[in-house]
Amino acid sequence: MSYQKYYVPESSRYPIFAAIALFLLVTGAASTINDLGKPDSNSVYILYSGFAVFAITLFFWFRTVTKEHLVGLDSAQLKKSFVFGMAWFIFSEVMFFAAFFGALFYVRNFAVPWLGGEGEKGLANILWEGFEASWPVMSTPDLGSAFSLPEKNMSWPGWGHAMEWLPLWNTVVLLSSSVTVHFAHLALKNNNKRVFNIWLGITVGLALTFVGLQVAEYYEAYAHYGLTLNSGIYGSTFFMLTGFHGFHVMMGGFMLSVMLCRSVFYNHFDPHDHFGFEAASWYWHFVDVVWVMLFLFVYIL
Amino acid sequence: MSAVIESHEQDHHHGPPKGITRWLYTTNHKDIGTLYLWLSFAMFLIGGAMALVIRAELFAPGMQIVEPEFYNQMLTLHGLIMVFGAVMPAFVGLANWQVPLQVGAPDMALPRMNNLSFWILPFAFIVLLSSLFMEGGAPNFGWTFYAPLSTTYAPPSVTFFIFSIHIMGASSIMGSINVIVTIMNMRAPGMTLMKMPLFVWSWLITAYLLIAVMPVLAGAVTMMLMDIHFGTSFFNAAGGGDPVLFQHIFWFFGHPEVYIMILPAFGITSHIIETFSRKQLFGYTSMVWAMTSIAILSFVVWAHHMFTVGMPLAAELFFMWATMLIAVPTGVKVFNWITTMFKGSISYETPMLFAIAFVVLFTIGGFSGLMLAITPADFQYHDTYFVVAHFHYVLVPGSIFAIMAGVYFWIPKWTGNMYDERLGRLHFWLSFISVNITFFPQHWVGLAGMPRRYPDYALQFADWNMVSTVGAFMFGASQILFLFIVLKTLMGGKKATAEVWESSRGLEWTLESPPPYHTFTTPPKVN
Repeated sequence: MSYQKYYVPESSRYPIFAAIALFLLVTGAASTINDLGKPDSNSVYILYSGFAVFAITLFFWFRTVTKEHLVGLDSAQLKKSFVFGMAWFIFSEVMFFAAFFGALFYVRNFAVPWLGGEGEKGLANILWEGFEASWPVMSTPDLGSAFSLPEKNMSWPGWGHAMEWLPLWNTVVLLSSSVTVHFAHLALKNNNKRVFNIWLGITVGLALTFVGLQVAEYYEAYAHYGLTLNSGIYGSTFFMLTGFHGFHVMMGGFMLSVMLCRSVFYNHFDPHDHFGFEAASWYWHFVDVVWVMLFLFVYIL
Repeated sequence: MSAVIESHEQDHHHGPPKGITRWLYTTNHKDIGTLYLWLSFAMFLIGGAMALVIRAELFAPGMQIVEPEFYNQMLTLHGLIMVFGAVMPAFVGLANWQVPLQVGAPDMALPRMNNLSFWILPFAFIVLLSSLFMEGGAPNFGWTFYAPLSTTYAPPSVTFFIFSIHIMGASSIMGSINVIVTIMNMRAPGMTLMKMPLFVWSWLITAYLLIAVMPVLAGAVTMMLMDIHFGTSFFNAAGGGDPVLFQHIFWFFGHPEVYIMILPAFGITSHIIETFSRKQLFGYTSMVWAMTSIAILSFVVWAHHMFTVGMPLAAELFFMWATMLIAVPTGVKVFNWITTMFKGSISYETPMLFAIAFVVLFTIGGFSGLMLAITPADFQYHDTYFVVAHFHYVLVPGSIFAIMAGVYFWIPKWTGNMYDERLGRLHFWLSFISVNITFFPQHWVGLAGMPRRYPDYALQFADWNMVSTVGAFMFGASQILFLFIVLKTLMGGKKATAEVWESSRGLEWTLESPPPYHTFTTPPKVN
């Protein structure tokens, strides 16, 4: 059987710098959050420095891996390691979202009905008598000043208002971006780099559009609907699920734009060798699937 | 398993680089394994010292040594340090050393990321331990950090705790991806899945569990962070959330987590028992299926930790029966270990002593687990010292004995020197006796109604608590002997042969002891 040597780098400085960066990031983030409201706190600079070291380290780390690949240090077996590694990373991301979808499922099917006096543990209603269960929860069980009650929610507004409903447009934008990234992939396989760049560019544009629409939706929620993180469990699940998704869209969009730059400026990728792009596009499809679930369980149902 | 090795060559050219940068920049699985094992031992001593503070306070009823607030901090950090700092890194260290050697790979699949997985951990524990010196003290809500104790009533250091958990999770996920990819992609030609050594199998399943549940833990602490600082209501019933939701999410992580801490122990025990029984392991295939079933079941039993929280009856029944089902595959494993020893020509070197003690004492912990699984009985046992006795039996003479067995089993391979057998046996007997003195009486005080997590207790529990504390200090002291034995082995000793043990099986024993810095740069062939 034919045999290629598996590439094991002799040593590397990047990991220890990445670890130090994470240390700065978390201590910076924790002390910044604990110091919220203290104007003389300098903690945020630890956070910034951690972010800077992390970004620089990752840049050089990925650049090294790309260079090693271009000079042919790696083998088909190493590529397979990257493929498996990316697949399992995406699985871990799926499980992260599962925690939040699970929380949504639990509050909708158990916690809120019980607080409203329905179901086997409806006894919970004695805590705040008069609270009626509904979803979206427009009125929290405790009506104290800790919560800002929303006037409107983000759910399906009915066919009459469908066209001015932002989530629908977000869905259109994100679903078509999955199609365009697939067209880019097909063009690359047909060795048509120009068409590849165009489709990939369109995909990045759609990603930016999505993020823009999401920002508009959040602005709408805070400014006009009174829907905030403080609005009780509906606001909590709505902003955390869509927020983490939006963050993942930004990461996926960033990955795709890195691939676009590599293709346009360095002419990387050929029809048989483009795992960097493929990994980014898998991630993009994953983000898209999460959106479909969000659209169903957060907006429609 | 028995693997016949046809040929392999080794690369003798590269030794390790010199100085501190060897350890900072290393991409070598053996170096990284060593780092993990030393970190784990350091954390074992720190967490152990905290346990001794707890036991010293409990030596007699009444408050005498520490303030209740500090007792709570010790209790919390002891649990967190032992779970995330001692047991998990020890198994990852063993995996780093052994998985590439056992599957015939040149290194872990993603060597640079492997280094990152390790070096995150010392920083994560610096963040966690630094909370002891913060205003309001360290986390004080128990290692399970139930809301609202960990949200509404938590000290400010909880924010640091949350972020340290985040990066520990990142480390675990990267480490597990590395293990899975190594096993799936780097096996020597001819080593099919069902020819893999059981330690490799156990780690394949463990890594899968880790990737599945560490992100869920990250989600739980993120919700806590948002509830504490940004006004969300996940665990706040006043806003429509539910503190019980925290327990569901936590234990969805937590139950697979306890199998993460025992499955690799199953793998190690299987190797040791077959080696020192001089027989092939009985029931290899059923061992693999048992571990797989345990892993799958671990996802649907989490609420047995919450029987008294007020769940619908159907849930109480489902989680009771699902939990009891786990006794079946676990029973298969214990049966196989005993049957392997049956009519074997057994010798009792230190690893074998630890492995046999593992089988017996882990089974005791399993039986008390079965008692706790019975919902109506659990209403009586819940949050008593019976639970403390149960999980310490599966973790200390369970996981930790298996880790020690693994270290004694493989340290001649790693260092090229035999450990001092006489001292090893002394370490075993001291640990074995003292662990039982420490934890067995806790069953009785628990059944008599002594609640866990309090710094004080009623007078009728005084005698057995005194016994338990004496045992704990004996156990702690015995581990200093372990450190001495390991250091002595590192300095020198009788030279180990390549096989080390008379009846050793598997690829790692075909390499000289100690193995060269780089091994299997050309994959061996397995028949």
